[in-house]
Amino acid sequence: MNIPVRPARTPAEDAIAATLQARLAVAAGQGGLDGRMGELSADALEAFRAHGLPNRRVEEWKYTDLRAAVRAFPPLAGAPTAADEAEATRIALDVPHAARLLFVSGMLARGASDFAGLPAGVSALPLDAATAANDPLLDRIGSLPPDRYDGALALNTGFLGEGLVVKVEAGTKVAKPMHLAHVFPAGEAVAGFTRAVVVVGDGAELTLVESFTGREGVAYQANHAMELVVGDGATVNLVRLQEEGAAALHLGTLMVELGRAAKLDVFSLVQGAALSRHSVYGRFQGTGTNLGVRGATLLKGRQHADTTMFIDHAVAGCESRELFKTVLSDEAHGVFQGKIVVRRDAQKTDGRMMSQSLLLSDGAEMDNKPELEIFADDVQCGHGATVGTLDDKMLFYLRSRGLPLKEAERLLIQAFVGEAVEYVEDEALREVLIARMVAWLEKRAA
Amino acid sequence: MLEIKNLHARIGDNEILKGLTLTIPAGEVHAIMGPNGSGKSTLSYVLSGKPDYEVTEGSATFNGQDILALAPEERAAAGVFLAFQYPIEIPGVANMQFLRSAMNAQKKARGEEEISTPDFLKLVRLKAPDLGITQDMLRRGVNVGFSGGEKKRNEILQMALLEPKLCILDETDSGLDIDALKVVAQGVNALRAPDRAMLVITHYQRLLDHIVPDVVHVMHKGRIVRSGGAELALELEESGYAAYGQDAA
Repeated sequence: MNIPVRPARTPAEDAIAATLQARLAVAAGQGGLDGRMGELSADALEAFRAHGLPNRRVEEWKYTDLRAAVRAFPPLAGAPTAADEAEATRIALDVPHAARLLFVSGMLARGASDFAGLPAGVSALPLDAATAANDPLLDRIGSLPPDRYDGALALNTGFLGEGLVVKVEAGTKVAKPMHLAHVFPAGEAVAGFTRAVVVVGDGAELTLVESFTGREGVAYQANHAMELVVGDGATVNLVRLQEEGAAALHLGTLMVELGRAAKLDVFSLVQGAALSRHSVYGRFQGTGTNLGVRGATLLKGRQHADTTMFIDHAVAGCESRELFKTVLSDEAHGVFQGKIVVRRDAQKTDGRMMSQSLLLSDGAEMDNKPELEIFADDVQCGHGATVGTLDDKMLFYLRSRGLPLKEAERLLIQAFVGEAVEYVEDEALREVLIARMVAWLEKRAA
Repeated sequence: MLEIKNLHARIGDNEILKGLTLTIPAGEVHAIMGPNGSGKSTLSYVLSGKPDYEVTEGSATFNGQDILALAPEERAAAGVFLAFQYPIEIPGVANMQFLRSAMNAQKKARGEEEISTPDFLKLVRLKAPDLGITQDMLRRGVNVGFSGGEKKRNEILQMALLEPKLCILDETDSGLDIDALKVVAQGVNALRAPDRAMLVITHYQRLLDHIVPDVVHVMHKGRIVRSGGAELALELEESGYAAYGQDAA
């Protein structure tokens, strides 16, 4: 007999539940949260009461125990001040030629966002406006449920309110990248929750950048989730840069649904936050689809970063490629969990997953958990994981030519992560990513 | 220029150099020959600073400076260059980027001004064709996908660009056919200069037909057991190393 044992709630869990409850109560006094958003929030509160924060007793969170790590829950951010907006604009990632929409501490900064710069065929509606307009795309929220309960996502849904509904009309080819910049500029710790629903119409093309930056030394908590729907024959490039302040908590969830002959390439660069988790749920809905999820993680000090993927090959003839590079120095801790499921009807599936990590010190730790679950009999699938250190022979060769040890290490680390970055097709974006990595490496070498 | 006195070095518990003494004046080319396992490659690694080796006794000075106390990169900046017997492949680091980083790192260490991009490109275009180094080889990762001969030629290109004061060539002839050998030898001979010393380590006399040494040393069991002129190499070719089996035992 299984008796569920629930440990006592932590103060942070109490604070989260109370804040959720209060938010719903206030909304009820005002006639309740609107329609679907109200329902989702109420369900999330109930689920949170039952599950609490994800912890090591939950298989998917074994290596990233939020219950143990999250000691407090800071207040929700209010509307950003002019000073916050100015500071956010200053420290937000600069992507050349992109239309930038800015979130300050989890609140959409309408005045500081370049809505006017959005290309023709692309619309972005704030979540509250979409709710007021009863936008049918809102149904996408929560309509791509991961197979299991995801505590980080549930929290995001519980605090649903700020975000965007983005629509790219069918056939629209957008060269100009769209940039969703999330910045926590304030000196006090706050919590911010944002949600984006991005629906790319059939045959459309979009380059989307999501960046996460914030004030150093402030223990703010960022939680962002996105539902991305890639229509039949559509192409999407998604670049994600997580460079939160080193004391921050970052929880990110990406849920993608891919239509027939769709193509999605995701690249994620992780260098920030004290503790971060990026969960990717990918689901193939049509055949002939191509999904690439790649990334590089560079950590130092006592940073902890977790990348967890769940790729569901539900239909036949789809291809998925995952390549993750992790560089860990000092006492940093990296986690990679990747699961590819190939359902019974998903014949001719081609799935490859690889996680490679480089440990730069004895105190660094990497946990790899690649998994394949295959129910079809005519598939090609593979996974691998490697953990290594810098090659002594290469280092000596470089040093014997005059390169100081730190510079030799920098070249080798750059070469190691470069293998993943080169898949970013947009040259300007690739340059931005490489520049951020070089900045990290130079800081380390200094 | 290079003065080695009573040098003892070990790797782990295995002593390989056992009291080696050798002096190379500026402008001279010295060859070291000897059977397998006599410690020739170890000498080249000890001089260039490979971390696995431990010097237990003796000294090595270069222009009066104790080079054994320096890190490998400091030795390089001081002018020591080792052409590897087995050059290392470094995927993801473009050959050009590597060459330029190396040149500038050395210049920086010596307090000189870095080379500009146009000057660097000009220099490479001047030196690379003579060694048969193509644009493609310069674009690729360092030594990645290079044949044995291409790797050796790439070593000589590095030497030509870095202009070291002490060139140590470790079995540069191994794995080369006669045409490649000539190209490499020409590259080395072009670098012979009054202010530059060379130490050519080889197993066979063949290389020394093309790079004619001023002095030939025979190494056996971690020591120099005999020295002579270029003719000594020919004698060794005739008699082999068998004669040294007894007297150094």
